[in-house]
Amino acid sequence: MILETTREALQSLFAESAPAVEVEAGAPRGNGVITRDYNAHGYHLDALVDAEQLLAAVQIIDQAGFFIESITGVDWIKENQLEVIYDFSRYDFDVCRVVIRIRVPRDLPVVPTITSIYAGANWHERETHDFFGIKFAGHPHLIPLLLPEDADFHPLLKDFKA
Amino acid sequence: MSAPIQLQPGETFILNVGPQHPATHGVLRVKMEMDGEYIVKAETVLGYVHRMHEKMGENRTYAQYLPNLSRLDYLGALGYTHGHVLVIERAAGIEVPERAEYIRAITVELNRLASHLFWFGCYVMDLGGFSPLMYALEDREYILDMLEAVTGARLTYCYYRFGGLYNDVDDDFIEAAKRFIPRMRKSLKKYAALVTGNIIFQKRLEGMGPISAEMCRKYGATGAVARGSGINFDVRKNEPYSVYPEFDFDIPVYHEGDSMARYKVRMDEMEQSLRIIEQGLAKLPGGPIMAEKKPKNIKLPVGDFYQAVETARGSFGIRIVSDGDKNAYRLKLRSPTYSNMHLFDEACEGMMIMDALAFMGSLDLVIPEIDR
Repeated sequence: MILETTREALQSLFAESAPAVEVEAGAPRGNGVITRDYNAHGYHLDALVDAEQLLAAVQIIDQAGFFIESITGVDWIKENQLEVIYDFSRYDFDVCRVVIRIRVPRDLPVVPTITSIYAGANWHERETHDFFGIKFAGHPHLIPLLLPEDADFHPLLKDFKA
Repeated sequence: MSAPIQLQPGETFILNVGPQHPATHGVLRVKMEMDGEYIVKAETVLGYVHRMHEKMGENRTYAQYLPNLSRLDYLGALGYTHGHVLVIERAAGIEVPERAEYIRAITVELNRLASHLFWFGCYVMDLGGFSPLMYALEDREYILDMLEAVTGARLTYCYYRFGGLYNDVDDDFIEAAKRFIPRMRKSLKKYAALVTGNIIFQKRLEGMGPISAEMCRKYGATGAVARGSGINFDVRKNEPYSVYPEFDFDIPVYHEGDSMARYKVRMDEMEQSLRIIEQGLAKLPGGPIMAEKKPKNIKLPVGDFYQAVETARGSFGIRIVSDGDKNAYRLKLRSPTYSNMHLFDEACEGMMIMDALAFMGSLDLVIPEIDR
């Protein structure tokens, strides 16, 4: 039930309302919402959004009563992009896991913060900043969380050399 | 000797709790701005035992990464290794024999009991009662002995394999587990009489550190923290995995949201774990403990895979982004105490420091699991 309503709500963010089809794994995909096979992947909805759409998408998730699982990044060095992944889940028995993704250029990795919606995003965003150097615009306290306080390196970047 | 500093009324001072402080049970630092004994503002400082387990996940193969998972939470390690093998099995499409899944469930529940017992003992010790720790450790010792006999380790287990188990349980283990259940039930009664009913204990916990359900949601709190705030959420029930649907057990939920509620949730959970172990032993099927069709070198298909499990501390999630190679392109560990601890800064504002430390203990922190 919640799966359909959340999918429709997220889909309304995109101009062309044609449902995005499941693309071949690894192939580039356009913005939009994909329904994934839960048994194979472990989540239900997979949305790729633009930085401008992020807050609206997270707002939808928040209003639907989801809790925040985590925020993390992936370095797609071959495509010269960094991906930020937001995980949301629910406390009720109607299982629905939503993944929201953003891709930003590697040389200018800036995404808006969602701490104004989910206070718990604070540490997750700081950690992602530690590991990938992704800047969360508007974050209240973007200093190293897990790395040393004077760290100027980002160890999960694929071109990081210790 | 210099003269003591006189604070003006309303003037605050900074107090560092940790990084070496017995109440934090690990190297955790909380920078507190104090107004007398009251906390004005708190800021948790992490990273003292950060080991970058996620990077290690990228530069070793899936099998080589197995031992890492038990170094996150050394008190409830089996739950974490369970999540890891489950996500690999999900992505690679490996069928696990039923017997192996039953043994996994039994050992995970034993481990959960051991973890809760240790927390119980330490928590009461934090509050000034020493002897319950000794009783709890004695009970826990039985579990550690049992697990040591089958897994070869006392804390940092590496017992599960992709597709099954490292070795089968023997009759000694089953006998020992069967003997342990009535013993533990007796102990739980003893703990209720010794600690839960203690009026001083109750007065220190009731109404302290209230967390609302909404706060849990905003911070992503799970486990006993969420269940103590009236949220009926346990991954074993809400998003069933392994053989948990086969078992008849309840999820204890308390609505007060205070430290006492979290204490009661964990105490009740021990009885539920015993029920699962009891049913698991009774239903334990025969057969192999290892999948027959299993590639020797695991390679995952290209994609993004996620698995959540309920560990002793809450919902643990593991995400693997695979590019088809024999090691992960990206491996993310979502640890439950990370989110549970995050709400401490906001929740402890305005509390007295001793109450805040009692509140911190009720979150059941394991620092290496926060820092990873």
